[in-house]
Amino acid sequence: MGLGYLTTIGTLVCIYAILAISLNIISGYAGQASLGHAAFFGIGAYASALLTLKLGIGFWVAAPLAMMAAGAIGAVVGVISLRIKGDFLAVTTIGINFVIVTVFEYSDFFGGAYGIMGIQYPTLFGVKISKGYYLLMCLGFVGLCALFSLLVSKSWLGLALEAIRENEAAAEASGINCAKFKIIAFAFGCAWAGLAGVLFAHFMRFITPNDFAFPISITIVAMMVVGGIGTLRGPILGALLMAALPELLRPLANYRLLFYGGLIVLMTRFQPQGLFGDKAFILRMLLGRGPRSMRHSGD
Amino acid sequence: MPPILRVENVAKSFGGVQALRKVSLQLMPNEILGLIGPNGAGKTTFFNTVCGVFRPDEGRVFLEERDVTGWPAHRIARMGIGRTFQIVKPFRNISLERNVLVALGHDRISGWRPSMLGTGLKAHRDEVRRLLRLVGLEEFIDQTPTTLPLGHQKRMEISRALALRPKVLMLDEPFAGLSEEDIVPLAGVIKNLQREGLSILLIEHNIPHVMELCSRLAVLNFGENLCDGPPEIIRRDPRVITAYLGS
Repeated sequence: MGLGYLTTIGTLVCIYAILAISLNIISGYAGQASLGHAAFFGIGAYASALLTLKLGIGFWVAAPLAMMAAGAIGAVVGVISLRIKGDFLAVTTIGINFVIVTVFEYSDFFGGAYGIMGIQYPTLFGVKISKGYYLLMCLGFVGLCALFSLLVSKSWLGLALEAIRENEAAAEASGINCAKFKIIAFAFGCAWAGLAGVLFAHFMRFITPNDFAFPISITIVAMMVVGGIGTLRGPILGALLMAALPELLRPLANYRLLFYGGLIVLMTRFQPQGLFGDKAFILRMLLGRGPRSMRHSGD
Repeated sequence: MPPILRVENVAKSFGGVQALRKVSLQLMPNEILGLIGPNGAGKTTFFNTVCGVFRPDEGRVFLEERDVTGWPAHRIARMGIGRTFQIVKPFRNISLERNVLVALGHDRISGWRPSMLGTGLKAHRDEVRRLLRLVGLEEFIDQTPTTLPLGHQKRMEISRALALRPKVLMLDEPFAGLSEEDIVPLAGVIKNLQREGLSILLIEHNIPHVMELCSRLAVLNFGENLCDGPPEIIRRDPRVITAYLGS
């Protein structure tokens, strides 16, 4: 296992961590089902690839523009979420994922099924960023995304999102404009997914529609659920665990989706807080409080 | 003195079911008005229509003579109508402190820039404590509603509604499902709120307590006003006896 290989895994873990944190803003904080997050990952990737290749815009300008594009389309999904809830919203977001991937796949503008090749590695002050520094840059963006997520959770905005997640009717009766905050949650979450797409496109230098298909959305959901939905550490640790493990256990690669699906079912049934969520069994064990004390405290 | 809440000829139907037929009602300042009637009379629909959950098909709703008809629920809440629910709706997995804080910070939350700032959350802890103390829940400030009995959850809802600094408090069956030993202190809390100047509209089926608490009663039947007046008059009204109270 060479250093280059580990750098690649590390970069992908960072990208997935940003995806899981961003989905957590929508599903963990605001409680809105979203099973099509890979679509916004793709929008960011394609937007950045096209902006840099076709318009000749630099990476550092293309990245925020791609984020804005993904955030704006996310806000549209937020508007859709005002009329549908729960399972219906989940199915709708799956549909959005398929529609976006189909647009990428059947449009020549987006390179069709062959995707887009020749995406450039970013440069900083005219110097091409090496793989190692790219990993550090991705780590920096994970930190930024985590900081943003932390600020949201500690702010009035986070409190409003919590209230919406817990009970919309009561939130409205408490003066919260649920429509506005749902749209904000989708816009922010999707914008960060767009940034993950930018980092992915410029790291892989070659993207195809399949990179953003529905199984990727499930993978992101799995990372968030397994780590601990609604917490900040959960999605990060979930991404670390689930992006790194299959790479390290290559023989399992063909069974990855089966593994993810099974894990989601098991976690939902036996440990809905996730492995590292609040009151999670493993976290309590690590902190020295076993299952006995959990039962005693009424959890 | 003008009414603090005036509802005029409000009608609401759901498909072929006419839930409210030109219902009118006035709530005077510093009054506890009881809204009673048999199940299905339209009391909760009336509440939801006044609070903005439903938009009325006809009629107007005025809060302090300002027309708030058809406003969304969050805007009406901010205007000064706090409410509780027939089936309690706490924010189940967050502490009582944060439950109350949501409503307390509604004006900060409503702005774009302030809502992104975390400052001020802790500064409100004293006010949250005061509001929970009013309903006797201060000691449970860090607990989640799921760990508390129904009576405490109902009191928490009152505390959350008070955090809006309401002009009108609307309570939907606050005594339902509670034992007598829970009802008595809760009735005391409601009476104290009225003494402090709040105007209260109360839906309740527990007639002895309604008679004791309310200075006036309005009766709904089949989505229509049946009558209204002081409890002792309503108690003897033959229409109310036939439709609701029984002999």
